Amino acid sequence: MIDLGQYAGTVLAAYGVSLALIAGLVWHTVAANARARRALQEFERNG
Amino acid sequence: MIALLIRDMRLATRAGGGFGLGVAFFLILSALVPFGVGPDRATLAPVAPGILWVGALLACLLSLDRIFALDHEDGSLDLLATAPLPLEGAVAIKALAHWITTGLPLVLAAPLFGVLLHLPMQAVPALVLSLALGTPALSMLGAFGAAITVGLRRGGLLLSLLVLPLYIPTLIFGAEITRRGVEGQAITTPLVFLAGITLAVLALIPLAAAAALRVNLR
Amino acid sequence: MSIWEYANPAKFMRTTEGALPWLVGSAAICCVGGVVWGFLTPEDFRQGSTVKIVFLHVPAAMMAINIWVMMLVASLIWIIRRHHVSALAARAAAPIGAVMTLIALATGAIWGQPMWGTWWEWDPRLTSFLILFLFYIGYIALWSSVEDPDSAADLTGVLCLVGSVFALLSRYAVLFWNQGLHQGASLSVAPGERMSAVYRYPLYLSMLGFLLLTLALILIRTRTEIRKRRLAALQARDMRA
Repeated sequence: MIDLGQYAGTVLAAYGVSLALIAGLVWHTVAANARARRALQEFERNG
Repeated sequence: MIALLIRDMRLATRAGGGFGLGVAFFLILSALVPFGVGPDRATLAPVAPGILWVGALLACLLSLDRIFALDHEDGSLDLLATAPLPLEGAVAIKALAHWITTGLPLVLAAPLFGVLLHLPMQAVPALVLSLALGTPALSMLGAFGAAITVGLRRGGLLLSLLVLPLYIPTLIFGAEITRRGVEGQAITTPLVFLAGITLAVLALIPLAAAAALRVNLR
Repeated sequence: MSIWEYANPAKFMRTTEGALPWLVGSAAICCVGGVVWGFLTPEDFRQGSTVKIVFLHVPAAMMAINIWVMMLVASLIWIIRRHHVSALAARAAAPIGAVMTLIALATGAIWGQPMWGTWWEWDPRLTSFLILFLFYIGYIALWSSVEDPDSAADLTGVLCLVGSVFALLSRYAVLFWNQGLHQGASLSVAPGERMSAVYRYPLYLSMLGFLLLTLALILIRTRTEIRKRRLAALQARDMRA
C-alpha cells in the first residue's frame, strides 16, 4: 500500500465518491439496457 | 397587438387575476428577511441589494404560469396561433403585459421595500434603474419557460426549475449595479451589460418561445 | 457513404452492436489504467498526495462540458434534420453529463477542503459548474415530464439551445461577479505553468479513458432509448390492430 501522507482521507474520499458515482451510472445504464432488450424480445416473441 | 395587450392587462387586473400578488409577495419577503437575519442595520444594509433582487425575481416567477396556461385551457391560444399576428409577436405582447402587471409594480415598490431593509438612500436610483432594465428580461424569459411547460401537468414546479437558471446573468448584473450604488461606485459597466442582456433576450427569446408554443399546440 | 446513414435506427443498432465491445474494452483499459497510474504518481511538493485527485477532477470536468456541447449538436441535428437517433442520443447523454458535473463538483469540494480551507467557495469556475448542473437537471426533468416523445425532443432541443447561450453567458457573468481561487488551465502550453510530465501523461490517459467511457455509455443508453421507442411503437400498433 502506498503512503498517502496526511491527506489520505481526502484522496480516498475523492476516489471513493467518484468511483461510486461512475459505478452507479454504469450499473444504471447496463440495467436499463438489459431491461429494454428483454422487454422488446419478449414482446417480439409473443406479439 | 394593442387589443391583445389591453385584453391581457384587463384579464390580469380583474378579480382573481393575481394582480398585486407579486408585490404582496415581495413585501412579505422583505418583511421576513429581517426576522431571519436580525433587525440590525449593519447586517441588513449589506444584504439589502441582493435580497431585493432575489425577491423581485421570485415575485416575478409567481405569476409566470398564468401567461399562457389560462389561454391554453380555454382554447384562445389556438386562436392566437392561427391569427394573422405572428406568434412571436403575440409572445412578446403577452410578456409585455406580464411585465406591466408584475414587473413595473415591483420596480415602483422596490424603493419602499428598500427602506424596510435599510438600503442606503443613495442606492435607490441604482436599484430602480437596474430593476427597470432587468425585469423586462425576467418577464420575457419567463414567457419562454411558460411556453415550454404550457399544457404539462406539474408544469409550475418544472417552470421554476427551467427558468431560474436563465435568470442568473440578469441577477448577477442587477444586484451588482445596486451594490455599487450602495458603495457609490460607478455603475456604467454592469449597467451596459444588463441592458445588453435584456435587449438580446427581448430580440431573440420570442423566437424560441414561439417555437416551443408551436410544438405544444401541435 | 455518409454519416447520415447512421440516422437509420436499424443501421445504428447494427453498427454499434459490433463496435460496442471494442469501445467498452478500450474504455475500461484506459480508465483503469489512467486512474491507477494517476493514483500511483508521486506526491506533489506543495499539494501532497491530493494532487492525485486531478486524474478524476479534470477529466470529469472536461466531459461535463463536452457532453453539453454534444447535446447541443445533437439537438441542432434533430431540429434541422429530424433524425430520431440524434434526439435520443441527446436524451441519453444528459444523465451522464449530470453525473460528470457532480463528480467534478464533489472532487473539487473534497480537494478544496485541505487546499483552500473550505469545502465550497463562490469562485467563478465552481459557480459555473453548479449552474451547468442546474441546466442538466432542468433538461432531464423536462425530458421526463413531456409524454409525447417528439414534442419532448423538440422542447428539450429548444431548451438546450437557449440553455447553451445562458450557460455561456453565466460563465462570463460570474467572472465579473467574483474573481476566484481556482487555478487557470492546467494543460496550458505556456512554459513554466505546465505540469510536469509525471502528472501529464497519466492525466492524458485518464482523459482518454473518460472520453471513451462517455462514448460507450452514450451508445448503450441510446440503444436503450431506441429499444424503448421500438417497443412503444410496436405496442401502439398492436393496440390499433
